Amino acid sequence: MSEWLENHLPKVVLAPSFIAVLIFVYGFIGWTAWVSLTRSKLLPKYEIKGFIQYERLFDSPRWDTAINNLYIFGALFIVIAMVLGLLLAILLDQKIRVEGAIRTIYLYPMALSMIVTGTAWKWILNPGLGIEAMVQGWGFPNFEFDWLVNPDYAIYTIVLAAIWQSSGFVMALFLAGLRSVDGEIIKAAQVDGIPTWRIYTAIIIPSMAPIFLSAFIVLAHLAIKSFDLVIALTGGGPGYATDMPATYMYAMAFSRGDIGQAASSAMIMMLVVFAIVVPYLYSELRAKND
Amino acid sequence: MTDLSMPQTRTQSAMGKIALRWLLYVLLGLFALYYLMPLFVMLTTSLKSLEEIRTGSLMSLPREVSLDAWKTAWSGACTGIQCEGLRPYFWNSVLIAVPAVAISTLLGALNGYVVAQWRFKGANIIFSLMLFGCFIPFQVVLLPMARLLGIMGIAGTIPGLIFVHVIYGLGFTTLFFRNYYVTIPAELTKAARVDGAGFLRIFWSIFLPLSLPIIVVTVIWQFTQIWNDFLFGVSFSQAGTQPVTVALNNIVNSTTGVKEYNVDMAAAIIAGLPTLLVYVVAGKYFIRGLTAGSVKG
Repeated sequence: MSEWLENHLPKVVLAPSFIAVLIFVYGFIGWTAWVSLTRSKLLPKYEIKGFIQYERLFDSPRWDTAINNLYIFGALFIVIAMVLGLLLAILLDQKIRVEGAIRTIYLYPMALSMIVTGTAWKWILNPGLGIEAMVQGWGFPNFEFDWLVNPDYAIYTIVLAAIWQSSGFVMALFLAGLRSVDGEIIKAAQVDGIPTWRIYTAIIIPSMAPIFLSAFIVLAHLAIKSFDLVIALTGGGPGYATDMPATYMYAMAFSRGDIGQAASSAMIMMLVVFAIVVPYLYSELRAKND
Repeated sequence: MTDLSMPQTRTQSAMGKIALRWLLYVLLGLFALYYLMPLFVMLTTSLKSLEEIRTGSLMSLPREVSLDAWKTAWSGACTGIQCEGLRPYFWNSVLIAVPAVAISTLLGALNGYVVAQWRFKGANIIFSLMLFGCFIPFQVVLLPMARLLGIMGIAGTIPGLIFVHVIYGLGFTTLFFRNYYVTIPAELTKAARVDGAGFLRIFWSIFLPLSLPIIVVTVIWQFTQIWNDFLFGVSFSQAGTQPVTVALNNIVNSTTGVKEYNVDMAAAIIAGLPTLLVYVVAGKYFIRGLTAGSVKG
């Protein structure tokens, strides 16, 4: 008995966690997928009715707004955070004397909760007393900056706050990448008299392709899941102008009592995440096993 | 001719270099101001009176420093009908985070040790399946989890939230320890087995003492994740068991009475302080966790 236990102990130790993941990740995904095919409203029903929830979802103007917002937010957030992160990393990589301190300052927002970030930016961007009032006070009485309460522009305030929160992290990724580029090649290029900007565009940046990919995956993942920041900054408003898939799902699940819609929107979110993450993880795991 | 022009171009390029250097530092400084500005605004706003907020400018320093807003935020601000400030919710977050971090880190260490050092048939598939679990959008498990917590009788309780955080933290903690333990040569385990040490003995006497750096990384990562969580907190808590992030959001969006921006800002700083402190004290490990979560291998 004790010998059997000793031989199988590794499996016995791993089993509870593995079973937990099987149930609470894969089993639950299955449950949500199942319910997304039913007519569940306030309570789940288990009788499959086809893709009716998905049809309702794609007919819903609110979901349409949420998806559009995800496109706008995702594209701007990913591109600007990557460009800014790369720029900061390159600037910091010039043998700066106080690099440690500056890095700490650039990265600290990442330690904060999105709710804290949202609360801070909500105050800064509020038209009555925030930036708008401040610039007007400087002697520009016609200055207008009401994005937070303007349905056409509110989504950009979320981009602004999200970039503030995450660009330092992208910088850290790129900085690690810059430091791992082979110094000999750079030295050889310098000896040949190649200008610095050419060394960056022709040698260093292309060699960091895997880091661009990692940064993209992480940022895309953050964008699709963004929920806290929207809630704290705009609450999805004005109206539902800044709704995103995650806030739509939450509203359906916990305030509208429409479980079928909640399940189908959650499934779409998961499919989008998997479309991005699965090829990446697959190639990572394969590369490691080779 | 060339002899004459040489020193001149040299001084010119040296001057250019100094100018570039200055430009570089100015740029870095401006970006530093950009990142610091919200923190500065939060801090100064929290120290002003409401009167001064209404009449003064966003960026100005407080004329009179007052800690009243901090007191209200901590013990008097209203989150809906209750007006007890952030304090009870702050402790809720502590009560959730401490056990959840401890349990998920311990399980992650054991799992990582098995996956990295005791490879049995299928161990890789198990690890891959656990890893995928890290990447799901949690929306996809919210509905069934809400029902399960209800069936288990821990819906809206702190043990319920601890349970949820342990379950969905397992993938990452296992990944962290696994990636750390693969770098330890398998010969070490083999030699210890030849000497008669068993599975747990090897873990306890050899691996655990080597693990301090990865324990620090994992604990910081898990603590930051759980402290900053909002989605699980808002979905699975009820009045009285909410974590601090949910309470902060309720205070800010509370519609009763006058809008007290200084209290909102003080509350936001209080809610952010623990993770900020961890970052300032152990930033190196914090960054290592962040990058380990995104660049695997």
